[in-house]
Amino acid sequence: MIEVEGLTKVYGNTTAIDSLTFTVQQGEVVGFLGPNGAGKTTTMRVLSCYMPPTSGTARVGGYDIRTQALDVRRRIGYLPEHVPLYTDLTVTQYLSFVAEAKGLSRLTRRQRVGEAIERCLLQDARGRIIGKLSKGYRQRVGLAQALLGDPPILILDEPTIGLDPKQIIEIRSLIRDMQGKRTVILSTHILPEVSMVCQRVIIINEGRIVAVDTPETLTRRLQRSTQVLLQIDGPPDQVSVRLREAPGVLQVAMKDGAGALRRYLVETDKDRDLRQELARVVCTSGWGLLELRPVDMSLEDIFIRLVTEEPVTGE
Amino acid sequence: MGTLAVFKKEMRSYFASPIAYAIFTLFLVISGYFFYSILAYLSLISVQAAMNPGLARGLNVTDGIVRPFFIDLGVVLLFLMPLLTMRLFAEERKQGTLELLLTYPLRDGEILLGKFMAATALYALLLSTTALYMLLLTWWSELELYPILTGYLGLLLLGMAFLSLGLLFSSLTENQIVAGAFAFGASLLLWIIGWGATLAEGDWGALFRHLSIVEHLTSFARGVLETKDIAYYLGMTSFFLFATLKSLEVRRWKG
Repeated sequence: MIEVEGLTKVYGNTTAIDSLTFTVQQGEVVGFLGPNGAGKTTTMRVLSCYMPPTSGTARVGGYDIRTQALDVRRRIGYLPEHVPLYTDLTVTQYLSFVAEAKGLSRLTRRQRVGEAIERCLLQDARGRIIGKLSKGYRQRVGLAQALLGDPPILILDEPTIGLDPKQIIEIRSLIRDMQGKRTVILSTHILPEVSMVCQRVIIINEGRIVAVDTPETLTRRLQRSTQVLLQIDGPPDQVSVRLREAPGVLQVAMKDGAGALRRYLVETDKDRDLRQELARVVCTSGWGLLELRPVDMSLEDIFIRLVTEEPVTGE
Repeated sequence: MGTLAVFKKEMRSYFASPIAYAIFTLFLVISGYFFYSILAYLSLISVQAAMNPGLARGLNVTDGIVRPFFIDLGVVLLFLMPLLTMRLFAEERKQGTLELLLTYPLRDGEILLGKFMAATALYALLLSTTALYMLLLTWWSELELYPILTGYLGLLLLGMAFLSLGLLFSSLTENQIVAGAFAFGASLLLWIIGWGATLAEGDWGALFRHLSIVEHLTSFARGVLETKDIAYYLGMTSFFLFATLKSLEVRRWKG
């Protein structure tokens, strides 16, 4: 659905993105991850045909962004980063304009605007002036305009920024529902969001792609050890010593807690499940085991590792 | 299709914000005062002419009221037209809405034309309010219709040239004040360039006279339709619109 090849954009003498190459399959939800200034927004602006690339090319929905920009724009819904809207119009007036600009026929326009309003939960803001709406509502108006005309491809730049937790959940489930039906590229700062809604992640840093994979494989590939968290009711000194003696344990760290009740983070060999062994140690020592669970390396850790350390090449 | 969408949106924005109302108020007050003072002056002359028949020669409503009124309206345009156009692109750029607008399936030309037509339509509406003054004149005098029609046509064309110039400056900056100031300055320059015609000699003088934007209005106000005047205004308008289109294209590249 989206094929990007050697995409480069240079502003003056700074290179915003440097020969990006990736593809997005039909119906896939792909997350674009990277620190500020990594080139996420630039990539999205180029893909949405707001500005042409300096070199390289991309095909979106089968059309070339350089030579068939109008055809591309007919097939995308775009939500820019700061959700620019006409603040002096009402929600309905604005969405009607977008529907007309997107070339929807006069007959279906009203109905489509109504659908978009419902889907983005804007019913009680219909007649209100956009300039007077809260950030959360504006974000939803932005999403509604992107969805108008049922574009097969959505390009969303930070779609959940500035929303309250309830709205974030709503928007995420909206995006998740699109899986299989629409092709979505979204950028985000919030890392758990990626593992929640995206099937694949593209991590980008300083204009280059650092890694492309599913959130799960990325986690697995980068994990150097397995961690298990235990909450134990027992004498802290003895517990630490005993745990460290267990075979396969690399390191034990006491986390939090007070008195006898403490949490311990046990680092073990990669690919070795020591949970049973650890439980046995605790039980045979006569201590109380209140919690035991494996700790996955969070996407934050992966992200930091990727953008600060060496690029990942198939380990 | 796309042009119509942009046109309707811009018209809505004009009336959703105080812009249209402010401009209508300004225009009606100023043009009303112009009309009153021209009328008062003519009636003063008429009283004197009643005692001195020599003065009465060449005293008629068309030359005495309609023509000077149209030229005066031209002066008002100089100030008002930049107010109509300064926000059209500058505000979109500042607010970032241009980014969205340019990713809709619209050609740059459609966007430009929609905005230009909206500004022109609002201006035509503004101009039409002065028809009331003409109607008042028919109350107690016989008006020649033809010079009034050509006068309005001239003003419309002059206004379109100013509006396209204003659009060009609006597309060049994201600051509305800068866009407005430059549009006003450039319009004024096109206006006063004719003054140099009397000082410059020969071909230069003729060139300045041809370039002067107000020079071409006088013949319209006199009831004379000349191809060169129409061509001047339409040429200016299309040149500025074309330049705006190119400026939009350049902005796309710069991002």
